[in-house]
Amino acid sequence: MKPAPFAYARVRSVDEAVALLGETAEAKVLAGGQSLIATLNMRLSAPPLLVDINGIDGLEGIAHSDGTVTIGALTRHVEAERSGTIAAHAPLIARAMPHIAHPAIRNRGTIGGSIALADPAAELPACLLALGGDIDIAGPDGTRTVKADDFFRGLFETALGPCDILTGIRIPAASKNTRIGFAELARRHGDYAIVGLAAAAQGDGKGLKNVRLAYFGVGSTPLRQPKAESALSSELNGKSIDAAIAALDLDPPDDVQATGAVKKYLAGVLLRRVIKQLMEPLQ
Amino acid sequence: MKIVDDNPSALTALDRPNSYIGRAVPRPNLRRLTQGRGQYVSDISLPRMAHVAFVRSPHAHARIASIRTERAKKAPGVAAVVTGADLAKIMTPWVGVLTHLKGLKSAPQFPIAVERACWAGEAVCAVVARSRAEAEDACELIEIDYEPLPAVTNAETAADPATPVIHKELGDNICFERTLDAGHVDDALASSDAVVETTFVFGRHTGACNEPRSIVADWNEGEQRLTVYQGTQAPHMMQNLYAKHLGLAEQQVRVLTKDVGGSFGIKVHSYADEMAAVAISKLLRRPVKFVADRIESFVTDIHARDHRIKAKIGVKKDGTITAFEIDDLTGVGPYSVYPRTSGIEANQVVSLVGGPYTTPNYRAKARVVFTNKNVMSQYRAVGHPIAAAVTEGLVELAAAKIGMDPLEIRRRNLYADDAYPATSASGLRFEKLSHHESLAHLDAMMNYAALRSEQKRLREQGIYRGVGFASFIEVTNPSAAFYGVGGARISSQDGATIKLDAQGNIGVHTGVSEQGQGAEAVIAQIAASSFGVPIEKVRVVMGDTDNTPYGGGTWASRATGIGGEAAWQAGKALRANVLALAGAMLQARPDALDIVNGAVVDKGTGNERLSLAELARVAYFRPDTLPPGIQAELVATRHYVPRAWPFAFTNGVQASYLEVDIETGFVKLLKHWCVEDCGTVINPQLVNEQVRGGIVQGIGAALFEQCLYDERGQLLNGNMADYLVPMAAEMPDIEVGHVVSPTSDSELGAKGAGEAGTAGAPACVMNALNDALRPLGATPLTDMPFTPDKILRALGKV
Ligand SMILES: Cc1cc2nc3c(=O)[nH]c(=O)nc-3n(C[C@H](O)[C@H](O)[C@H](O)COP(=O)(O)OP(=O)(O)OC[C@H]3O[C@@H](n4cnc5c(N)ncnc54)[C@H](O)[C@@H]3O)c2cc1C
Repeated sequence: MKPAPFAYARVRSVDEAVALLGETAEAKVLAGGQSLIATLNMRLSAPPLLVDINGIDGLEGIAHSDGTVTIGALTRHVEAERSGTIAAHAPLIARAMPHIAHPAIRNRGTIGGSIALADPAAELPACLLALGGDIDIAGPDGTRTVKADDFFRGLFETALGPCDILTGIRIPAASKNTRIGFAELARRHGDYAIVGLAAAAQGDGKGLKNVRLAYFGVGSTPLRQPKAESALSSELNGKSIDAAIAALDLDPPDDVQATGAVKKYLAGVLLRRVIKQLMEPLQ
Repeated sequence: MKIVDDNPSALTALDRPNSYIGRAVPRPNLRRLTQGRGQYVSDISLPRMAHVAFVRSPHAHARIASIRTERAKKAPGVAAVVTGADLAKIMTPWVGVLTHLKGLKSAPQFPIAVERACWAGEAVCAVVARSRAEAEDACELIEIDYEPLPAVTNAETAADPATPVIHKELGDNICFERTLDAGHVDDALASSDAVVETTFVFGRHTGACNEPRSIVADWNEGEQRLTVYQGTQAPHMMQNLYAKHLGLAEQQVRVLTKDVGGSFGIKVHSYADEMAAVAISKLLRRPVKFVADRIESFVTDIHARDHRIKAKIGVKKDGTITAFEIDDLTGVGPYSVYPRTSGIEANQVVSLVGGPYTTPNYRAKARVVFTNKNVMSQYRAVGHPIAAAVTEGLVELAAAKIGMDPLEIRRRNLYADDAYPATSASGLRFEKLSHHESLAHLDAMMNYAALRSEQKRLREQGIYRGVGFASFIEVTNPSAAFYGVGGARISSQDGATIKLDAQGNIGVHTGVSEQGQGAEAVIAQIAASSFGVPIEKVRVVMGDTDNTPYGGGTWASRATGIGGEAAWQAGKALRANVLALAGAMLQARPDALDIVNGAVVDKGTGNERLSLAELARVAYFRPDTLPPGIQAELVATRHYVPRAWPFAFTNGVQASYLEVDIETGFVKLLKHWCVEDCGTVINPQLVNEQVRGGIVQGIGAALFEQCLYDERGQLLNGNMADYLVPMAAEMPDIEVGHVVSPTSDSELGAKGAGEAGTAGAPACVMNALNDALRPLGATPLTDMPFTPDKILRALGKV
């Protein structure tokens, strides 16, 4: 379990990183290394060059202004987990954080790394999708912003090009009508979920509006559920909840932890549980 | 987890002044290990040492048509590329059989596959290089042409005539069979009020040690001597194997075992890749290191369990169990593991089923077949978790069928506490067990009645909790009956040598070894107590075939019971020597003296007469002042092997309390209890931690762990993300209690405690789960591990 030989460069700026990535085909960005190094050690990938972005100033930090929460790519999971700003203004992220891996991994792993890697069973990509967030990217042609809805393209495949750096994410800050829900089922605490659901909506005291459901662990990307969302957005009662569950458009493959049929069934169980959370106003 | 106070009863025979017996003394190795100053094989680096990496077969079964090594040989840092054919010239193959397992057969196994690879993961070629990384780089340059052969992956059909035979020369794929027929099973079943029949399935799993298998082998051409640093449980056994298969005298081989990061039975076997590393050192005349990585560990560390057992129990309305019947099938991989074989687990299952109960009618059949998967052999509690789950599963299903409380049916069938000595239906001989006292202790400890009413109340609220039990027996302190009689050079005796140094400290050299259990602490406690010094004055030396008495090592719950007794006797012998000398020096009768707290004292008053430091000073530096004819003998050696009983059986009972989320099929473990009887408790904290650790591994078997193979013989989850070892967050509080029935075979009276937890935990978790789901009409779950998938299916949700 030793990686194949690779070159290593520690860069000081995003521009430098983008330039280096352009010079070496198959070069990889190194952030917290919690996922990348494992794949190197198992020789599942053998990039010729690692571009270490940990030395770039200004890529980390959490800020809240003008109704938007911004999280820099190099922000460690542990910082988000402990952030008062996240707790107050991005409560869905706060609720998801303790489910991500274990403390040692959260100390090193980065928010940008989670989104860039886009593991289909990971929590943060689903949260970002449920919140309708934006992803800021710097690349050879300058900077651009991609909506979460357009970012996750396939299994470990995103809108990031080979020479792009994800610089940060932005999410709409919670307002007093914001409702959130989060649930996942993992055999052991800290494992990737067998199935999970991150959800956001607006509550007006009677029902829910703008429901956004993002499932994880049940497909090759986090998955929105437009039909179920609209079933819940019109009215909220036993019938509409049953209809939403029946409308779940999921066809999860079998994996070593659960069969697809069980994952699909559990997705329905989670929806019921998450709807209960969505009905509660934020504290 | 809560540390539960337990009060082993007073141990008069052992109750020497300043005795450490029965006390939770901290381990002497604690500081070293917590400061990161342990020395594991990975920490060892010798001059000119090279690293070995293996190319492993990607196929479950394939002919090796050709191996092209030219490119690898030229790669940076590479010292050699070695094939099976190269090593076959210097190391003989081995066959894992024991003569007392009649009919057990296997095929010759080589350190590196020759001509044929028989499981995915078998080593096919080795690269020796300056670093492990360079060795792995060069492995990628080796080109091997495989011709895939049909893989035998289903134990059910392995012995069918239509199934290809893995080793032609054996004639079929049957490794071992055993049958047993005691009493009158058919009559007993016919006269029963109820018969319950079901099939139990046990997933294949493995030990997942913190420290993987690792070895440094150093052949010194000048000395003509091989030094092997190895994380093994049995240094002398390995010494014998290396000598035998390299054609050396045992004297030419020294095995050194320093710190070992867990073993669980994984590190008590020979492994082809370790044998290869040793042979490579001899071939290249330089030290080499091989450390299995986690991926290699999953496909080469022995697997265990993987049994399918059809089972039957007969019961009368009054709860009398009339008969047990089992039909066991297990697929063990392509070779019987050397030298302990792959027949022992099935053999143990046959011996142990029904073991706690007086039922005289018992019929068993076991068949062990070869398959093209990784090899299987003995792992912690060999056979016990299977036998206990079958027995206890049947007992609780029978109790449910006749509407009897699960503790009550046990009370009516367990051997009475005054029934000993007793012999079980399968022929096991019990010296003294305490099933009823243990059960009564457990009943009180868990407040059973209150739990049942809580369970009832919660069910009305739609919360499904279950309580399950498992009575068990455990084989410990094995005599030569285990391996020696079958022709294996695996020692059942063990020795201890105690030396007094010139300052009054003692060094204890013992044949047992330490892999984290606390054997070092236990040996120190025993030696300090029997000789009479503070424990700080004891240094334990273990794991060195040049410097310890010949011994078996640490496995089968033997280190304390056997190695400890040898240390106890050696301490007594040295005390007698010292008192003889002190008597001469003090002109006193030796039997009027004793050694207490590091000084020679008057027996009656405890008044100090002479410090050990002073005695040693005179003995070593001024022997001229001793009376004529007095020669000090300040080293004593004693050995011990159980003779009166083939095994010192222990017993106990466990209970599990859990809650099932009936919507998700997820299980939450709420609490676990164990009362066990390991005879004299030397160190209650270490015993309790052995029990707790064992229970956690048993819970792993029940709920989490399984090596999943596909029909082509590929392991699907051979990594720590997909193979679920139990982790702390999911574990319940475990309360441990003790009943003490010492064995009279030894003075110490200690039996083993290392496997009790693992033996009973899967059974009682299974029973608790089925108890929780019974009101919902779920089909009883008997197929471990109990995943949410299986539970949801049993509930009819998917
Ligand atoms: C035992 C274990 C359990 C885990 N459990 C979970 C879990 O339950 N849930 C979960 O979500 N995660 C889990 N993880 C993954 C962990 O959270 C990841 O390490 C993290 O998500 C990735 O972040 P990183 O900073 O470590 O990225 P790295 O490992 O450094 O990189 C991951 C990938 O993203 C790319 N990358 C990283 N940053 C950028 C960037 N700014 N721009 C462009 N590309 C980039 C890298 O090139 C690489 O391909 C687990 C990891 C381990 C080891």
